[in-house]
Amino acid sequence: MTDLATVQLKVNGKAFEASVEPRTTLADCLRHDLKLTGTHIGCEHGVCGACTVIVDGAPVRSCLMFAVQADGADITTVEGLAHGNALSPLQAAFRRHHALQCGFCTPGILTTAHVLLSEEPDADADRIREVLSGNICRCTGYIQIIEAVLDARAAYKQKTGAGP
Amino acid sequence: MKASRFDYFRPTRLEDAIALLAEHGREAKAIAGGQSLVPMMAFRLAAPRFLVDIGRIPGLNRIAADHDAVRIGALVRWRDIERSPELQVAHPLLVEAVRHIAHYQIRNRGTVGGSLAHADPAAEMPGIAITCEARIVVAGPRGQRAIPATGLFVGALSTSLDSDELIVEVRLPPWRDNRRWGFQEFSRRRGDFALAGVALFYDNSKDGQAANVHVGAIGVGDTPLRLSAVEAAIEGKVVTETIIRDAGAAASESVHPADDIHASGDYRRALVGVLTERALARAAGLPWRGDI
Repeated sequence: MTDLATVQLKVNGKAFEASVEPRTTLADCLRHDLKLTGTHIGCEHGVCGACTVIVDGAPVRSCLMFAVQADGADITTVEGLAHGNALSPLQAAFRRHHALQCGFCTPGILTTAHVLLSEEPDADADRIREVLSGNICRCTGYIQIIEAVLDARAAYKQKTGAGP
Repeated sequence: MKASRFDYFRPTRLEDAIALLAEHGREAKAIAGGQSLVPMMAFRLAAPRFLVDIGRIPGLNRIAADHDAVRIGALVRWRDIERSPELQVAHPLLVEAVRHIAHYQIRNRGTVGGSLAHADPAAEMPGIAITCEARIVVAGPRGQRAIPATGLFVGALSTSLDSDELIVEVRLPPWRDNRRWGFQEFSRRRGDFALAGVALFYDNSKDGQAANVHVGAIGVGDTPLRLSAVEAAIEGKVVTETIIRDAGAAASESVHPADDIHASGDYRRALVGVLTERALARAAGLPWRGDI
């Protein structure tokens, strides 16, 4: 039996400590140790994007990172996007545009698109498609997802003051 | 699937990392971004008993360009290259190739050193290293040495690195102002491994001839390849539509990819010809016959 390692994480603004086997992925640590089951695990080898979380400001696949590697990191999961019970502007746009059906892929798409629009509030449809090419959705056919992200840009432009 | 059990070390000094690798030999693996190694471990194609995380060793994430070389630290991530205003000028071919690597989330973590050490024959960074005659600086118990890229890649997923050596930097020869370049690859879905890819550059002489031609291909052999017959078809010539076709034909004849589950060898040979034509047309600023 391998020794357990202690991992300290700041997740959605709260400090957590977990004892994990080194082989525990960040995704499993978030779900099983921190009980943050909003992060979904699809393929578990880095192609589907469902497990995307934001680590120190960058969207990454939490199934391709061991929790021990994230020790000390500042993490945002899908649970950290909403404001209490109020949907974030991006989430509200997904609802308006019917950009989800079963919802399994949605947490990874929201975390990815949230950082994209925070950094590039003027991203056009091509850029959004390129970035979201790392997220597989089997329900929507992607059209509504792209529309929702395009629609949400206005809120990010106001927030950053980057837009007109 | 879940990875096999391992012990985890996170040294903060290069010499400590090398000592750990030396102590545990072939049972140990270095990890940085983990974007190639972790999937291998998830499939249990790799099951190292010891992981040495080099991700927090300081000094390995620098990008610097001067008249000698473009130096890129092993821990530089693809996103750092994509976002580097310096590299847009100092090595535009590298920046374009990096844009083709996997997906946004992978590029946020994957590293230059990791890709070189993983040595996937379809990967972009090894292809750029071969095409551009990069030197790979590695550190081991006996100090540092610089390996030419041709001496690093010995087969698919196989390098000449000793188990106690770490890549610390890649050095690309400096870019030139009169340089023309193209990078093309094809995959069935955005972000998948390339079925084939071509990187090329040449320097435009005063009378418009191509000099110092370098052409490389990925995905069509056990390692990235330099295509010397293609270089010979272009060298000293003014690039015209005829030269572009000749170069494409030479490229297809130069490679002998095997059939595999993703594509037949014949398909890849045809593809590398088309990609060579397209990359050369882009480099020369000419229309390509397949353009709509």
